[in-house]
Amino acid sequence: MRRFSYRSLISEALNAHQGWQRQWRAPDPKPSYDVVIVGGGGHGLATAYYLASQHGITNVAVIEKGWIGGGNTGRNTTIIRSNYLYDESAGIYEHALKLWEGLSQELNYNVMFSQRGVLMLAHNVHDVQSFKRHVYANRLNGIDNEWLSTEECKAFCPPINISQDIRYPVMGGALQRRAGTARHDAVAWGYARGADSRGVDIIQNCEVKGIRRDASGAAVGVETTRGYIGAKRIGVVAAGNTSVVMQMAGVRMPLESYPLQALVSEPVKPCFPCVVMSNAVHAYLSQSDKGELVIGAGTDQYVSYSQQGGLHITNHTLDAICEMFPQFTRMKMLRSWGGVVDVTPDRSPIIGKTPVENLFVNCGWGTGGFKATPGSGHVFAHTLATGEPHEINAPFTLDRFRTGRLIDEAAAAAVAH
Amino acid sequence: MLLIDCPCCGLRPETEFRCGGQAHVARPATPADVTDKDWSEYLFVRENPRGVHAERWIHQHGCGRWFNALRDTVSDRFVETYPMGGDPKSTTTETRL
Repeated sequence: MRRFSYRSLISEALNAHQGWQRQWRAPDPKPSYDVVIVGGGGHGLATAYYLASQHGITNVAVIEKGWIGGGNTGRNTTIIRSNYLYDESAGIYEHALKLWEGLSQELNYNVMFSQRGVLMLAHNVHDVQSFKRHVYANRLNGIDNEWLSTEECKAFCPPINISQDIRYPVMGGALQRRAGTARHDAVAWGYARGADSRGVDIIQNCEVKGIRRDASGAAVGVETTRGYIGAKRIGVVAAGNTSVVMQMAGVRMPLESYPLQALVSEPVKPCFPCVVMSNAVHAYLSQSDKGELVIGAGTDQYVSYSQQGGLHITNHTLDAICEMFPQFTRMKMLRSWGGVVDVTPDRSPIIGKTPVENLFVNCGWGTGGFKATPGSGHVFAHTLATGEPHEINAPFTLDRFRTGRLIDEAAAAAVAH
Repeated sequence: MLLIDCPCCGLRPETEFRCGGQAHVARPATPADVTDKDWSEYLFVRENPRGVHAERWIHQHGCGRWFNALRDTVSDRFVETYPMGGDPKSTTTETRL
């Protein structure tokens, strides 16, 4: 792998950029691997990277149905934060945020991580109480989060309309200053490049059609459109399609897949300094470095794999944005799209073992998986390497739906997050 | 937005309806006798198929009645709607539209 450096940039500039190599190979699959990861999104590629870099396991394949980072990794609104209520959630999301802070250096790839702050607005008494509870809980877990008055919100993010005449006036907000955004494609590419350079095979346009099991029931490999691939351990990281893949091994999952939509506006000059989330009126807004407003809408109400949602869902979000940020009422929207998100009953992920030996799963990130990409890959790599969960993902078992030890962030956040 | 064929009111826009999730999930008759595993299946595990899905809908802002529907989760097209407690005419295993 050729490293990016000041010297390499200068020399390639003088060389008319003729010397850059491909960032990762396009290998044919080998007959078998130590670990096969099903799903080449950010989480799967991060898992492969940490397997190679932290655990020395390089005989690894990442199998992707389409192209890497083409699913939810390339479809989300790139918001990164760790201000979750419960200790277990705080543990994994803060683990991820700490890894984000050094990620560009570690990967030698600019993921454009920008800690511009995430401001969550409160619009009613319940919001105020709930967010203050989050602030206190976060501080007990060593996570920065602070309460801002209405005027302080306006000072931090001037485009906000703090008029008391609007339908849902701003009553304050919770600000995590270390939170922010990153370049989503770069995260997939950076992990792919790092994993590939350590010997991981990234196999694109290869769909898993079945999971082969031996007489004892243990998983021994995957049937794909490019033939059978044996594996000592299999990690399924298939986001919205996890139910479908796990069904191939006869495992039924507590998941439902919904379309979640996002949209971007025409690019404009810098005018929006941070990320603003407003759960009550359902508006999520930031501005990309390219200048587009990046807007997150909600999920549709029905199970679907269509990667598109109803127009009334985005309309609802735009209504809220026009009221919260009147300066944007005449902005043109350029594109909208949907991603299929796998949602668990308690809105927390499932990372760990399954009833099938040698088969592991990392799923259920629902509407908020991008922020966890490094942490998720890190602990799942540990799980695949050792066969046992890392202490951070130990609470996120599939078995919790039987034991009742749920991590009920649904009640904590009340909306998609 | 979906156009949904309410058995009572005919074709109406989706915003008049609420989706009630997977249909035909029967509550165990004697919960005390059910194992934790079976109870968690009843509470949490869902089919989530990539294909035809049986689900419940209510015409919330119309006649107010519940009904069942078969819908393809890839194309979002409805195969049919049918009354609560009834069975669909087509089977859920038939190929996608």
